[in-house]
Amino acid sequence: MEAVYALAIGVLVAAGVWLLLRPRTFQVIMGLSLLSYATNLFIFGMGRLEIQRPPILSGGEATPALYADPVPQALVLTAIVIGFATTALFLVVLLALRGLSGTDHVDGREPEQ
Amino acid sequence: MTALLDHLPILPIAVPLFAAAAMLLVGDARRTLRYSIAFGSLTVQLAVALVLLYQTTDAAAHIWPNGIGVYEIGGWPAPFGIVLVVDRLSSMMLTLTATVALAALVYSTAHWDRPGQPFHSLFQLLVMGLNGAFLTGDLFNLFVFFEVLLAASYGLVLRGLGTARVRMGLHYIAVNLAASFLFLIGVALIYGTVGTLNMADLLGHVEALPPDDRALFDAGAWILGIAFLVKAGSWPLNSWLPGAYSVSIAPVAAVFAVMTKVGVYAVLRLGTLMSEDAAAATILGEILYYTGLVTLVSGMIGMLATQHLKRLVSYSVIVSSGLLLASLGLGIEAVTPPVLFYLATSVLTTAAFFLLTGMTDRTRLVMPPAHEPDAQGDILPVYMAFGVTSPDPYGTEEEVGAAIPAAMAFLGLMFVCCVLLVAGLPPLPGFVAKFTLLSVVLETAPVVGARNAGWVLAVAVLATGIVSVVALTRIGMRLFWSPAQRRTPRLHVVEAAPVAFLVLVCLGLTAASGPVMRFFDATARSLHDPDTYIETVLGSRVASRTEGDAQ
Repeated sequence: MEAVYALAIGVLVAAGVWLLLRPRTFQVIMGLSLLSYATNLFIFGMGRLEIQRPPILSGGEATPALYADPVPQALVLTAIVIGFATTALFLVVLLALRGLSGTDHVDGREPEQ
Repeated sequence: MTALLDHLPILPIAVPLFAAAAMLLVGDARRTLRYSIAFGSLTVQLAVALVLLYQTTDAAAHIWPNGIGVYEIGGWPAPFGIVLVVDRLSSMMLTLTATVALAALVYSTAHWDRPGQPFHSLFQLLVMGLNGAFLTGDLFNLFVFFEVLLAASYGLVLRGLGTARVRMGLHYIAVNLAASFLFLIGVALIYGTVGTLNMADLLGHVEALPPDDRALFDAGAWILGIAFLVKAGSWPLNSWLPGAYSVSIAPVAAVFAVMTKVGVYAVLRLGTLMSEDAAAATILGEILYYTGLVTLVSGMIGMLATQHLKRLVSYSVIVSSGLLLASLGLGIEAVTPPVLFYLATSVLTTAAFFLLTGMTDRTRLVMPPAHEPDAQGDILPVYMAFGVTSPDPYGTEEEVGAAIPAAMAFLGLMFVCCVLLVAGLPPLPGFVAKFTLLSVVLETAPVVGARNAGWVLAVAVLATGIVSVVALTRIGMRLFWSPAQRRTPRLHVVEAAPVAFLVLVCLGLTAASGPVMRFFDATARSLHDPDTYIETVLGSRVASRTEGDAQ
């Protein structure tokens, strides 16, 4: 499971970085989204991958070994919300640049041929 | 009263948050109410910052032993709960932020805060993010506050719209979003290896790590460091900075001057906490020293190459970041006090200079071309969405407040003061900062076996001075001595006063450089004594329990 998980993150990061370096704003925002997915998966993975272990303690005396680490899950929630909000904001700026310059190039003008 | 004093550390975060929320409810028509909320909030923050500054000094050692105050949010002790930590460094940064923000706010009321998106709410949120980043004792919260201040800054960069602003804003947002992901990856790696995010708690766990995990932790720390260096405007990660800073309007750029220093602050804070670990400290020092030097040189080249005053000031921000990083990279404890002094002056200087550029821009006779309505004569939908009607609503002059007489003389005087500050010439504190820095570096570098590094840094510091003088004189002559292409702008008191205020604060720093340096000495001592910091933060649990028993 770890190998598949790591491969998934790797593919997402590779695709994200490649798209981030592309000249079109839409590609950049897709790249940023992919990078944010990869980051979120990575944070989650840092809490160790475990199956069928709840993150929240129940009952008075509990053995921590039977539970998953809740902190990365809380962190990932925060990171998702923040990443989502900033990506939405980036989308607005992208559309504003498109409306003002009439092109979707990140520099606001087409490169000279 | 004491109960209120106990809760002081949360105010720099809570007050701007509530002020920002309250101002969203106040419509454009009730501008006076909005101003009073904004001013009230910043005045309270300045007062709180000054009280905190006092509480961390030796004069008030009975309040917080060692000058470190710990505030447990939610009452959970560290490392289980999230804590705010006030020490000398954070209280000094809080005071700087509040001072600059207050000046920028006064300035913005001239006409910069309208029309368009809710300027004042974003402004308060930016200040809240800055305050939070300086106060928090927790790595993940540092990320959250970074995001708060960045999100607010994204909105503020775009103020006034215009193609250049949106284009630079887009670059700025893209770079900083990517840096934020690096930040998160670094934080996750650190949590995954040591199992804690509390800055004070890290060190104890790091020392006990097996070598494999240690390598992973180091990777996390480096990735985190890269994220900080992006924010600090360090070469080669700073190409976004001059563009974004020079297109944003003057009061916003002034607060951004503090924003770059958040990166330097984070490097300083975590670097000193980790400095117990000698091997890591040496590598960190070398990397900081060389990137700092290259940053400094690249900033100087930018200063010489640019023709536009605001861009030039942006490059001087890069120069100051480079100087700070390179001096910290020497790894000499005695260098820290002058570095802190330089940090304080450079924040005030660049803020004053950015505010000044807002006024000198108006001396240009040729106005930027006015917005031409498109074929149907409507306003572009983009402008409607942002609530403005033309690309640059700040080109026109509105009649606000009283105009000051002798506008050109005032501008010239302030310009000369700013040049003296940036170049580090007497009698302004730029000189004191650079002079003490040079004397300490040349005195102590040979002792620790870094003679060459010390000399190179000294030459670089002197070179920045001469380059600033050359570049700024050239622009100054064009601005003030070629009246044929210039006109005298109307200056309003609300615009002129903040610049004069910041310059006066700088003068005050020179006059009081003795006590100020003593404070920075104490700051450096407590920074280079991470054990006390760690004990105070983690030991607050014990302290609060005994206090509870006593009651």
